[in-house]
Amino acid sequence: MTTRYLGKPIKRNEDPQLLTGQAQFVDDVDLPEMLHVAFKRSDYAHARIVSVDVEAAKAMPGVIAVYVAEDLGDYWQPSPLLVPPPPAQHVVFNERTAGQLAKDKVRLVGEPIAMVIARSRYLAEDAAETIFVQYEPLDPVMDLEAALAEDSALVHEGVGSNVAAHVIQEKGSYETARAEADVVVSRRMLYDRGASAPMETRGVVAHYDALSQELVVWDSTQAPIPIRNGLASMLGLSERQVRVIAPFVGGGFGPKIMMFYPEETLIPWAAIRLERPVKWIEDRREHFYATTQERSQLHDSEIALTRDGKILGMKDVFLHDTGAYIPYGLTVPLNTQCTLLGPYVVPHYYSEFRAIFTNKTIVTPYRGAGRQQGVFVMERLLDLAAKEMEMDPLELRRQNFIPPDQFPWNNEIIYQDFSELTYDSGDYEPILDKAMDMIGWEDFRENEQPRLRAEGKHVGIGLVMYVEGTGIGPYEGARVHVESSGKVTVVTGVGTQGQGHYTSFAQVVAEALGVPPEDIAVTTGDTGQFDWGTGTFASRGAVVAGSAIHAAAEMVREKAIQHAAEHLEAREEDIELADGFAQVRGSPDARVSLAELAANANPLRGAVRPGTEPGLEATAYFGPEMGATANGAHAIILEVDPETFDVKVHRYVVVHDCGTLINPLIVAGQVHGGVAQGLGNAFYEQLVYDDASGQLLNASFMDYLLPTSETVPRVEVGHEETPSPLNPLGVKGAGEAGAIPVGPAFAQAIEDALADTDIEILEIPLSPNRLFEIVRRATTET
Amino acid sequence: MKPPPFEYFAPTTIEEALDLLDEHGWDAKPLAGGQSLIPTLNFRLAQPAVLVDLNNISDLFYVRPGINGSVRIGAMARHSQVERDALIAERVPLVHEAIPLIAHAQIRNRGTFGGSLAHNDPAAELPAVTLALDGRLRVRSLSRERWVPAGEFFLGLFATALEPDELLVEVEVPALPPRSGWAIREMARRPGDFALLGVTAVITLDDENECQAARLVFFSTGGEDPTDARQAAEVLIGEAPTPDVIRATAETAASEDIDPTGDIHASAEYRRHLAKVLACQALEQALERVTTGALY
Repeated sequence: MTTRYLGKPIKRNEDPQLLTGQAQFVDDVDLPEMLHVAFKRSDYAHARIVSVDVEAAKAMPGVIAVYVAEDLGDYWQPSPLLVPPPPAQHVVFNERTAGQLAKDKVRLVGEPIAMVIARSRYLAEDAAETIFVQYEPLDPVMDLEAALAEDSALVHEGVGSNVAAHVIQEKGSYETARAEADVVVSRRMLYDRGASAPMETRGVVAHYDALSQELVVWDSTQAPIPIRNGLASMLGLSERQVRVIAPFVGGGFGPKIMMFYPEETLIPWAAIRLERPVKWIEDRREHFYATTQERSQLHDSEIALTRDGKILGMKDVFLHDTGAYIPYGLTVPLNTQCTLLGPYVVPHYYSEFRAIFTNKTIVTPYRGAGRQQGVFVMERLLDLAAKEMEMDPLELRRQNFIPPDQFPWNNEIIYQDFSELTYDSGDYEPILDKAMDMIGWEDFRENEQPRLRAEGKHVGIGLVMYVEGTGIGPYEGARVHVESSGKVTVVTGVGTQGQGHYTSFAQVVAEALGVPPEDIAVTTGDTGQFDWGTGTFASRGAVVAGSAIHAAAEMVREKAIQHAAEHLEAREEDIELADGFAQVRGSPDARVSLAELAANANPLRGAVRPGTEPGLEATAYFGPEMGATANGAHAIILEVDPETFDVKVHRYVVVHDCGTLINPLIVAGQVHGGVAQGLGNAFYEQLVYDDASGQLLNASFMDYLLPTSETVPRVEVGHEETPSPLNPLGVKGAGEAGAIPVGPAFAQAIEDALADTDIEILEIPLSPNRLFEIVRRATTET
Repeated sequence: MKPPPFEYFAPTTIEEALDLLDEHGWDAKPLAGGQSLIPTLNFRLAQPAVLVDLNNISDLFYVRPGINGSVRIGAMARHSQVERDALIAERVPLVHEAIPLIAHAQIRNRGTFGGSLAHNDPAAELPAVTLALDGRLRVRSLSRERWVPAGEFFLGLFATALEPDELLVEVEVPALPPRSGWAIREMARRPGDFALLGVTAVITLDDENECQAARLVFFSTGGEDPTDARQAAEVLIGEAPTPDVIRATAETAASEDIDPTGDIHASAEYRRHLAKVLACQALEQALERVTTGALY
């Protein structure tokens, strides 16, 4: 009997190393003669640079070099546009990306102006402090609507306005739907900006060996291979001369897939120029300015329904804050546009957005990547419509689900991967039922809530649904190799930032080769080991790299069976692989170890049959025709203190369908972490800017509040498995689901808890202070 | 986020420390637990030329009984030490209850009682508690030693009566008279955060069950805290503390005594609202403790 490894909740292979401090992160790289970098960054959100004086800095003790934009010569280039605009119906796109160091103008606080290289970070910071920049301050562009005013200052004068992009996508005719509707609900909603705040900030170490002419770069990135390819091209080196290693990465969440950050091209350049290793580790304060952020959008949204609760159409017009530049194209607002429709049949849809340049930190995808905002709009409108129609909000959702026999379901608009937005599979009612069951919806409504309300407690319940596009292309690859020790190595290009790849990928191989996962060593994110692929983003690691690993493991399996059949003089169809051996089914004594087969497959002398490939090794690639759509429900019970407006979450339930589970423990961990970030987003985390000066007012963990172990409840996770038909494993992505629908669930439950005040929650994030204001406004108006 | 250059001294006696403060004056900054000073240095918000590290002065780390039921707390006693000290719990239970509200365990393992008072962060609990309990502070310089009552020590935002050559060496906190009750209430975004607003109440009743003495001290109002709500105390003193009187006391405190300002976490209006809510809660709990005689 062979052992199953797929679907087992085994503990993570990487944890002993991580938990005992043995895992290598970029900052652990310490090389002889290494130099350290500090940046002089813009003090202003928007200003012309009149002059930069670095003479005093150059004269400081321990300073090796100071560079400004002019010193870069031809190497100074606006960063490449990572994602081009989609081939949608109506698209205007004004490409603007940032050069490595600001030249004539700064467009955000923290934009790098000069790079100081010194013997230590201390000395580099001392020197950076002496750099004198003469600015001519300009009005900062902060507010999305004010940015569109005729007389607004312009972030990029050449564009002629602050519109970075304008996109309209339409399905059917919303106006027709509206004309037929019995009920129309429209609201303005705001979703504000937050930071992903990974435990490890960004960092780059570069070392150029003049003798071997090889450049090695350690980079806390989600995409080491594209970084390698880009760096080689920019630096005029062969791709073989550049090795990029993304070692253990302490959280990515999307901002570490942005490329190229200025530091990523500057540090290697300096290392070559100075022929010394150069290190830059982003400090936490820099991180609040220099690493990309997300979420600010202002929506004017409308839903049209029949009297009995059938959705006829949706209209959504929104402004999207893209920050000072738009290097990542339109991925975030497109995700908003496409995720808004959710698990519902929406026959007519009009969606229009403008991406707006502002003098704030650049916006690129952060876990959820625009999906949060779309889900918030849809779920809030459904709640408000249900209230207006005096319908049960969950019943309203149930009535509008896409039926399970209608997949694949084409939404007829263009998704972030430029294919038509099509859901591959799903079955939503069981998800809703399970979530209601787990949170105890009926009992809470009928018994618990009335009882607690009688005690004067303001408790509320919320339940929302969502879909999540995951596992998009283009492709990933992997090599699986059985060593002559019998141990198996797996290498793949995607980097790992805490997702448990070393375990889930090992399980995929274990299943094919009958080798225990702990005997399978996975290497990710080192271009010296594998250099085809794109990176870890869009909840695609398990789907795309996992499927490539599966394909390679199946090829190795075939090879092993062929060799074993020959060795054991048996028929191939009688060979099974288990516990590191190939054996004849039913005759466990007739067996040979994979180690022996691997050694035999790599002879030192003698002849092999022509065409024979050596070793038990295979390389394979996988690219899905389109993304796989995961889905789920979040349910929450919370209590609001009616005097202080503090909120305590009592219970949190997630029912999640990400297709076939490779490791339920890891998926649950992903969901837990996502919910924590979602709760942060809903109630704690908000980047607060002063509109007059453009300054960020809370650039530290004292004032930017991350949720802590004391504020995040135990998350109860239920799994459903609707396999995806798009890949052999049947998996869908799970990386972002926990974070996406927390906002509307939270909002629904707050409204329920404070039902006596008749408030509407139309914004995220909230806070006790904001709830106080909302309640006071509602109670003084009525 | 690296500090600017500074000269560092690590004296092992109070006298050595006072010598250094005398020599460097305004240029020197004593380093106690470092939980405020080190971030301030790393943000380069302060650039003292000299740091006088007090962590090796073993004579400053103690909690001792004083006369008449008071306690004497060495300036370098760590919060966690005070938090776990049985004498503190028995004699000055308000201090015992306030300490866990200070940040997190790791921070309390480093932060010190004296450091908190000398820093006088308007959002800190201990200045308010020390003021509400009428503690007094022993301050030394090379040439003299003086006792400063808490009411004269805290002089506004991060300002105290300490001269640049002076070091806070000890705090004496008196025991409360019989028939006293006390409470501390604060609203923080997350456990361990600086409060959006906080208040501590101390009440003493006479034999007629009328209020003989009352203190209501606010912190983190956005003003020059700790703020001693004297007008509110006047409302309460001499009255039987009925629910109406307590409400009126809290309302007076919120509308007359404090002058809140807004910041990114709390508007002035919300602070005023919290002041009323929390003052009511604190007074009610303090009163309950008098009448039940409960210490905890």
